Amino acid sequence: MTAQTAPAVAHGTFTIERRYDASPERVFRAWSDPAAFRRWFVEGEGFTIHEWTHDFRVGGRSRGRFRFGDESNDTWFNETEHLDIVPDRRIVVSYVMGRESPAGPVRNSASLATTELVAEGAGTRLIYTEQGAFLESAGDIALREEGCTGMLEKLARELEDAS
Amino acid sequence: MLQYPAPLDLAFQALSDPTRRAMVERLSRGPASVSELAEPLPMSMSAVVQHLKILEASGLVASEKTGRVRTCRIDPRALSAAERWINERRRSVERSLDRLGAFLEETKETQT
Repeated sequence: MTAQTAPAVAHGTFTIERRYDASPERVFRAWSDPAAFRRWFVEGEGFTIHEWTHDFRVGGRSRGRFRFGDESNDTWFNETEHLDIVPDRRIVVSYVMGRESPAGPVRNSASLATTELVAEGAGTRLIYTEQGAFLESAGDIALREEGCTGMLEKLARELEDAS
Repeated sequence: MLQYPAPLDLAFQALSDPTRRAMVERLSRGPASVSELAEPLPMSMSAVVQHLKILEASGLVASEKTGRVRTCRIDPRALSAAERWINERRRSVERSLDRLGAFLEETKETQT
């Protein structure tokens, strides 16, 4: 790959909104209680968790190492720092994700993720916004030749959903 | 024409407008002339051309003039950069938020 295949880093932003039939206090507790957080965020079908530490306070760092699927797959890591926490209202974190390789860690994204909780009737509206730098693959995207029609329609639908 | 994908910022800015998304959706079904693109849109031809310029600057759309007709088509390269970014992160967050919903359901009786 030559230098002029840059840009090496791609940036993107997206927002997801959800409504939950639970109070902001209960939704917030799903982050602040380590056992609860592990249950919905860390564990997932098909994932093997090698390690997870959760230090939910401003300045606290969480770190996880995990693998999806069988042993032939890479081990990935997530390193999160809590930047701002307002109980029942807001959680701002920065996080890096990447995979382990024999030559050392390869970070593939660095993001700022903001979760806002807004009381809505008896429930909660959750607004998640992620602003990120995608570190790894932007260079070789230039080399990919792909059909675009289906993909484009999918993207347009996603953007419609997000707006 | 494009040697590498335009920065994602430009692609997302270009897609932040409903008129331009409509134009992109039309072009995703196949190439079209500028007047074909303008036809369903309730605006002047010069406004359509302005939108088209923004789409071209973002790298999402390329156009080519043959005789008196300018034909527009999707350039898949800028899009694949945008698509890869969105898919990777968004899917993973959506799965997490689904699991949060399931968790809140399951723990409804035990916590209030």
